Amino acid sequence: MKRKLEISELIFKVISYTLLTVFALGCLYPFVYAISASMSGRHAVEYGEVVLFPKDVQFNAFRQMFNDNMFWNAYSNTLFLTIYGTIWALGVAILGAYALSKKRLLFRKFFNFYLVFTMWFAAGLVPQYLNYLATKSVFNSIGIMDDKWLVVIAMGMAAMNIILLRNAFENVPSEIEEAAIVDGATEFQVLSKVFIPMSKSTIATVTLFFAISRWNGYFWARQMISNQNEHPLQVFIRLRLEQYTDPEFMAGWNEVFASDSVIYALIVCSIVPILIIYPFIQKYFAKGTNAGGVKE
Amino acid sequence: MKGKAADYLVLDPSSGTYHENPEQVVRDDVEKHYWLHVGRTIVKDWRLYVMLIPTLLVFLFWRYLPMYELLGSFKVSDEIKPVSQQLFAGFSYFKTLLVGGSGLSTDFWRAMRNTFLLSFYGLCFGFPMPIILALFFNEVRSNIARSVYQVLTYLPKFMSTVVMTSLVTMLVKQGSLTSGMGILSQFLSNIGLISKDVAQGGLLNNPNFFRGIYQISGIWESAGYDSIVFFAAIIAISPTSYEAAQIDGANKMAQMRYVVLPSILSTIVIMLITRIGSLLNIGYEKVLLLYNTNTYVTADVVSTFAQRYGLQGAAKGIASAAEMMNNVIGMLLVIGANTIARKATDVSLY
Repeated sequence: MKRKLEISELIFKVISYTLLTVFALGCLYPFVYAISASMSGRHAVEYGEVVLFPKDVQFNAFRQMFNDNMFWNAYSNTLFLTIYGTIWALGVAILGAYALSKKRLLFRKFFNFYLVFTMWFAAGLVPQYLNYLATKSVFNSIGIMDDKWLVVIAMGMAAMNIILLRNAFENVPSEIEEAAIVDGATEFQVLSKVFIPMSKSTIATVTLFFAISRWNGYFWARQMISNQNEHPLQVFIRLRLEQYTDPEFMAGWNEVFASDSVIYALIVCSIVPILIIYPFIQKYFAKGTNAGGVKE
Repeated sequence: MKGKAADYLVLDPSSGTYHENPEQVVRDDVEKHYWLHVGRTIVKDWRLYVMLIPTLLVFLFWRYLPMYELLGSFKVSDEIKPVSQQLFAGFSYFKTLLVGGSGLSTDFWRAMRNTFLLSFYGLCFGFPMPIILALFFNEVRSNIARSVYQVLTYLPKFMSTVVMTSLVTMLVKQGSLTSGMGILSQFLSNIGLISKDVAQGGLLNNPNFFRGIYQISGIWESAGYDSIVFFAAIIAISPTSYEAAQIDGANKMAQMRYVVLPSILSTIVIMLITRIGSLLNIGYEKVLLLYNTNTYVTADVVSTFAQRYGLQGAAKGIASAAEMMNNVIGMLLVIGANTIARKATDVSLY
């Protein structure tokens, strides 16, 4: 027998669906508006006639952006920073986490504290800035003139990610490791043939965390990369926003499309690649939040 | 300390004679020559220690060396000399910041207050939202509908801070002679929530709106994503618990109160403690990207204060002193929160 829906249950259901729908649409709306505004005519955008759907559809804002070399430059710089930065950080983190996961490591407690302390206390912006300047001069003196490498190597390491990896490695059964050692595997083979394949999902999650922080990185990239041609996408978007919302700049604007459309087009173009890979990474992204409860 | 005599001699059952216990000799050896033992172990396991070196160096260079630069907050700022050669200024910067009178200290206290308030309002408004969302997700029985809701609400989390703030800036931008105001300001003034003049001036130029925009954009950005952990706790509840409650005549509210809430309480407590622990660790990027000279009154936080005085200006000593105070209090809060979490739930956060 099917239970009758109680009145309180019914009310709660109606409220849930209504508020969820409102919230979900509220989350979606700014994106829809950005897409519509990026492809609407100048008058429609400037006088608020675009509300949901595009009006006087044209793609001049996108055309202008795609013809801009700086845009493609920024995109390739972001790819550079994301790919090399992730490889570097992941490599360092996997090696370190593997060593830390071994009970036989001497001073293990101290090394763990060494990492965890950086999650509790950060020196702050000014000391970090001075430190990066010093790093920069050291890099320059050994012949690395490219600021991009400074950002790749010096920034974006996170103690939390190492600890996530360490915990995953600790969960690998020691019998498997011993079996590999009996078969004559070296330390490095044990890591690459046993531990890495057995902690694939955590490694995927951590890779994603590193990649996202690189892709999104803005502040230090803007501070430390002096050459405009080396700016990543986030810095490029921000500089354009500052330029295009300047009243003087806007007053001198005489294109057939609105200056706002360029910003919206930029926003759309920066989100689209992420939306394309989203279905593939969603699983790992969601997993990361559950890793909060970490034991030491 | 030496072991007992019996530890040194063991009886060999086959020959009936006593001989030296090799394990105890090793144990003794370790105690007597501790560093020799350390050296031997490291030589034997050298690959492990080599693997650790990159991590140690990365953290040494770019996490711990900056802490050495903190010495600058006790020394007279100098653009050319490194911190080790600067003259000592004692606690003068701290005094300037803490003791009233100067414009600097007024700005500093305002920044401290704003830092705390932005986090505190986030705790009041931003924290419950993911829990409510998770409860609502639980009401959606169809898997497809729920996935659609979840994907839509997670979506904003995939934007970078720059893109998110750009979008916010555009939605509430000021109107000018040549173009209208942002669509959101337009909507708010049409339904009468804000006056036309206020909307025309740009909400981000108005200090009264900064905190609201900061919180609402925060909820928009992360409420969906943050709900994952609570939703995971809710779906872990066994269906039999609900059935038992129904048989006992519990209506929906009573089920919420006596089944769902107790089951997710530990998750809520952990999240709440973490949140309280990081009350002073506010992300500077979002504030930096949203604030401007007009909104310093409500928007300026300690890290943006430090950025303005230390990175744009030349008051490096003052700026790092200000941030150091903030970060030390922040650290104490984190450690305190972690200790409480460990005591309360057996789960340590770090």
